[in-house]
Amino acid sequence: MTRIPPLLGVLAALIALWYAAVVPMNVQETLTQAQRAGAVVTPTEATARRDTSNLVLVASNLDHLGESWSLDRPRLPAPHQVVAELYISTIGEELTGRRGLVQSGSLSNRGLVYHALVTLNATFLGFLIGTGLGTLLAIGIVHSRTMDMSVMPWAIVSQTIPIVALAPMIIVVLYSVGIQGLLPKAVISAYLSFFPVVVGMVKGLRSPDAMQMDQMKTWSATSRDTLLKLRLPASTPYLFASLKIAIAASLVGAIVGELPVQKGGLGARMLAGSYYGQTAQIWAALLMAAGLAAVLVWGIGAIERRTLAKMGMSA
Amino acid sequence: MPLILAALVLWAAGWTLNAVLANGPSCHTRPVRLAVPLIFGATLVVMWELVVRGAGVPAVILPPPSAIAERFAANLGLLWGDFTQTILKGAVAGYIIGNGAAFLTALLIDRSDWLRQGLLPLGNFMAALPIVGTAPILVMWFGFGWQSKAAVVVLMVYFPMLVNTVAGLAETSQMQRDLMKTYAASWSQTLWSLRLPAAQPFIFNGLKITSTLALIGAIVAEFFGSPTLGLGFRISTSIGQLDLAMVWAAIVTAALAGTAFYGVVALLENRATFWHASQRQR
Repeated sequence: MTRIPPLLGVLAALIALWYAAVVPMNVQETLTQAQRAGAVVTPTEATARRDTSNLVLVASNLDHLGESWSLDRPRLPAPHQVVAELYISTIGEELTGRRGLVQSGSLSNRGLVYHALVTLNATFLGFLIGTGLGTLLAIGIVHSRTMDMSVMPWAIVSQTIPIVALAPMIIVVLYSVGIQGLLPKAVISAYLSFFPVVVGMVKGLRSPDAMQMDQMKTWSATSRDTLLKLRLPASTPYLFASLKIAIAASLVGAIVGELPVQKGGLGARMLAGSYYGQTAQIWAALLMAAGLAAVLVWGIGAIERRTLAKMGMSA
Repeated sequence: MPLILAALVLWAAGWTLNAVLANGPSCHTRPVRLAVPLIFGATLVVMWELVVRGAGVPAVILPPPSAIAERFAANLGLLWGDFTQTILKGAVAGYIIGNGAAFLTALLIDRSDWLRQGLLPLGNFMAALPIVGTAPILVMWFGFGWQSKAAVVVLMVYFPMLVNTVAGLAETSQMQRDLMKTYAASWSQTLWSLRLPAAQPFIFNGLKITSTLALIGAIVAEFFGSPTLGLGFRISTSIGQLDLAMVWAAIVTAALAGTAFYGVVALLENRATFWHASQRQR
């Protein structure tokens, strides 16, 4: 519990810094509005203001900065504006919106909850495909020397390639062969979560030492028995370590996969926000994505602790 | 059909050759270790070519490798321009700034226990977040040029590097630090001659992880707006024109750049941390 005060202190400092940064970031728009309301701002022409640096503008117009934290379309919304937007687009939209949960009985397609669920579906499907295939490939690599020597170097090289660059193409290609909806996004998620699992599981399946392998041999265990009773249990800690990386990567994959599709999801929401200058909407979607990532990684961590405790492996 | 059969025969031949090589007597020698993955990769590429031609897959779905290579060779100048814009300007600038800032922050955190306890959980948390999502905001702030891409890259590489460096600086044992104390070494002397060398494996691990992240950040940020060149721009516009061969050529460029980037960092690591256990026995 001694870690709480420093953490809160740093968080408070960050939020204070955010509030402070809002003022110079939004000063141009703030001064324009103040001038329209009749105030006298120091460089009176808008063109002169545009060429002055933001900090100078802040210093010479200290009296007219009151609106900085409540602009309609700020370049940088203040934290409370983001939280308000998050509330309006989640709870507010579902409770009072025309298409919200209360009025229409289904989640509103203008609310963030709906978009978060779209993203989450793709994330989970991709995560399942990716970890499933990754585990199978790892089992193959551990059992066949040929596969190990042929595939493993490529698996490592593929880690150094910006795989996300493939995302738009995968979606367009799958679309043109008639596959659309959840699957294309899930394919990208699967692709991103696949390699951490392969690398982690190969390490894990090889983690039993020579003594343990010899013991299995003295019992004349088949390689199937060795896999099920020694290798797989021994690989559990490695599996969970890679699952945590894989689920975060899946979420990134799903979000990036939503950019070219524009049919709902947090990625689509961010892109729409950037098209229409709705910065608060982008930040709210970003916060939602951050929350999802935190919950997902925490969830895997909780399962990990329970499983390892039951297997008697907790540290 | 004959082409597809040829592909299957080729697959069987390649796999048998690899099986013989991998289980043969000379499987630990360097040429064999290199040859096996190369044969595997070459088999896959030739199979791709044969299957695409044999099954008559339209070029808008999957172009054959020969068409991609042709497009790559014909557009070397164009792709070089994209490469300088995305990799040399956006990714590398962001990579240097972000990793430098993270390193300095780590040194700062290291001096204060309070900061370490406050910032480290936050850094761990941020390292798992989908930071690519900040790309639209940063493109809005810094314009369509390479500066906004560098900014995305800075944010993406900062937290993983911070976490790694802090972990590395904590790597020395109490005994080693006590020894430095008995030598009456100052903080900077201890840092320079004991803790930084001990932290090197962690720092290089961070540099390797972030080299991939930097490219991803630079390319994805271009999907949100870019000048009329850059790898991300090339990929998204070529898809719009259904010029899949060009898309693949851009992806090949990105892959080559990524591998080279990683290779340079790994080479530096090999030079700098030759004493570490993970680098010896090769």
